[in-house]
Amino acid sequence: MTDAVTQPTPASATPEGGHLLEVRDLHVEFRTQEGVAKVIRGVSYHLDAGETLAVLGESGSGKSVTAQAIMGILDTPPAHIRSGQILYQGRDLLTQPEAQRRQVRGKEIAMIFQDALSALNPVFPVGWQIGETLRTREGMSRADARRRAIELMDLVKIPAAERRIGDYPHQFSGGMRQRVMIAMALALNPKVLIADEPTTALDVTVQAQIMDLLADLRQELGMAMILITHDLGVVAGVADRIAVMYAGRIVEHADVQSLYRSPAHPYTKGLLESIPRLDVKGQKLATIKGLPPNLMRIPSGCPFHPRCPYVQQVCLDVVPNSLVLGDGRTSECHFAQEVLDDSAR
Amino acid sequence: MTAPASSTKVRGETILSVDNLMKHFPITQGVLFKKQVGAVKAVDGVSFELRRGETLGIVGESGCGKSTLARMLMRLETPTSGKATLEGQDLFKASGSELRRLRRNMQMVMQDPYTSLNPRMTVGDIIGEPFEIHKDAAPKGSKRKRVQELLDLVGLNPEHVNRYPHQFSGGQRQRIGIARALALHPEVIVCDEPVSALDVSIQAQVINLLEQLQDELGLSYIFIAHDLSVVRHIADRVGVMYLGKIVEIGTEDEIYERATHPYTQALLSAVPVPDPEVRHERNIIRLTGDVPSPADPPSGCRFRTRCWKAQDICAREEPLTVPRAADPHPSACHFAELRPTVA
Repeated sequence: MTDAVTQPTPASATPEGGHLLEVRDLHVEFRTQEGVAKVIRGVSYHLDAGETLAVLGESGSGKSVTAQAIMGILDTPPAHIRSGQILYQGRDLLTQPEAQRRQVRGKEIAMIFQDALSALNPVFPVGWQIGETLRTREGMSRADARRRAIELMDLVKIPAAERRIGDYPHQFSGGMRQRVMIAMALALNPKVLIADEPTTALDVTVQAQIMDLLADLRQELGMAMILITHDLGVVAGVADRIAVMYAGRIVEHADVQSLYRSPAHPYTKGLLESIPRLDVKGQKLATIKGLPPNLMRIPSGCPFHPRCPYVQQVCLDVVPNSLVLGDGRTSECHFAQEVLDDSAR
Repeated sequence: MTAPASSTKVRGETILSVDNLMKHFPITQGVLFKKQVGAVKAVDGVSFELRRGETLGIVGESGCGKSTLARMLMRLETPTSGKATLEGQDLFKASGSELRRLRRNMQMVMQDPYTSLNPRMTVGDIIGEPFEIHKDAAPKGSKRKRVQELLDLVGLNPEHVNRYPHQFSGGQRQRIGIARALALHPEVIVCDEPVSALDVSIQAQVINLLEQLQDELGLSYIFIAHDLSVVRHIADRVGVMYLGKIVEIGTEDEIYERATHPYTQALLSAVPVPDPEVRHERNIIRLTGDVPSPADPPSGCRFRTRCWKAQDICAREEPLTVPRAADPHPSACHFAELRPTVA
């Protein structure tokens, strides 16, 4: 299989060379006893200062692994970064020694995780955990770190921060724990925040609170954000651009409005048609037939071809190139234009 | 699959009726001499009726008691008080062989298809296990054939009877769980978050399967979920739970188009709609704070601590779930009123 097709990053508003963060043709594989799973197969995307990029995909699509590679928290082994570049302000993070990467991690790029309960340490008070980075990285005194922790808890709108700073994670509700984690991530004023399914474990009313908070903070602090999610509903409200991942590749990349109005990849189109909608009364749901591929045996040609309604012989034989469709949109489908025309209809 | 003897059974008649069901979990103190110091009121007086052939959706946030309700109906949990009858028979008084007979009529599909299947049993054994307990359900020697019929019915390859659960994907495992629930020709199936662990593209397949099975076999579903969009899609009637109580119940249209309870309105408005253009037109109600602890629920109306309409009467007097002037479906709010453009 030829998996070395490079994906051109679509042109965006920023001038040449000015991307804050850029992932270039990243390849990651997991070497396991059963074989080699090609989890990321040539992913490229970029993020400019102050914008929100949503990375959308189902489980196993590689959306979290890409983020972990950016943070440098992949478990290696079994993971192995085969090739590619991750440029932060023009410097390749992957070639830097660990000591230098540590300066980037947390301070420049910070991350929040899906499950706040397991991401927090149960045996230390939350204030201590928020202050930990400040003490070790900034050399703050305990008293200063505590004061700053209270400020951060106020910033993420935890009520009665001063009183709650000594509480342990289990004494907080799910939504409040997520706020604690956001406070930890913000401690060193990062320029990029990676949020990996930040609201998946939360109820809808709390989810709305957290998404609002993230949007407010981004405005207030001028951060750029990568929002990783499987939820098409969550993305619609906050993202500027969307990258849709399938089987380790970005199959479609577009701004939010165009992607929802007229998807240009059969997978995105299928996804949008298969979700039940609150504002539309249900008939039979459209489905995407079949299952996501096993990453050890990715189908030949286009990885989506066994599930695709547009499939033709060429899809089985040839890996599709990324087609540029104007407005900075790309779609990795031989019939991207047809799909686009169909969904625009 | 042969349909159960349903020719004489009327679609739309009440099949399951639940009356003032409660489950209080005791909170104890002390190691040797345990004494009860309080109770978590997980389910605190729930009443509803399920009609033959319909789907009743139960929605609510985590901790509202929807799963405890399901477990009580399956007799996995003994209720503190209350009554439930399935086709006129009391669910909670039955024991021994009578209970076994009742259980044949009501089965459950669990949320997590990874932990609800025994990893050491083959799919054939898992789906065939109900026949070990109910030996008359499948005559001797026909068990394997029945299991293969069931696999075929839920859209799996009948030749895979000897495979183990780990050889299947999440969506396929959920199909196995559904096949197991169907084995004894039940009339009522309690689905506890059956699609919430599945990916979007797989979720639609399982929802369609459940709907198709309902049409073919005349099943009645109690469909518990936190995803309001999924519930709107599948349910005929919907009950909204908050802190152990049903605060509003009605047909799908009544709940989604003409909700009168502020909690329902807030829930609906908070659901993210996958359309950036609609989103900016929506009027989202932001609830503040978290759900109070069910061990110490607020006096009067339980929702008053998060409600923007709360008045003195809400703390004093508990609103009943009764038809309101604003719309004739039951709603537990003193100030029930319609709100324009909810969804």
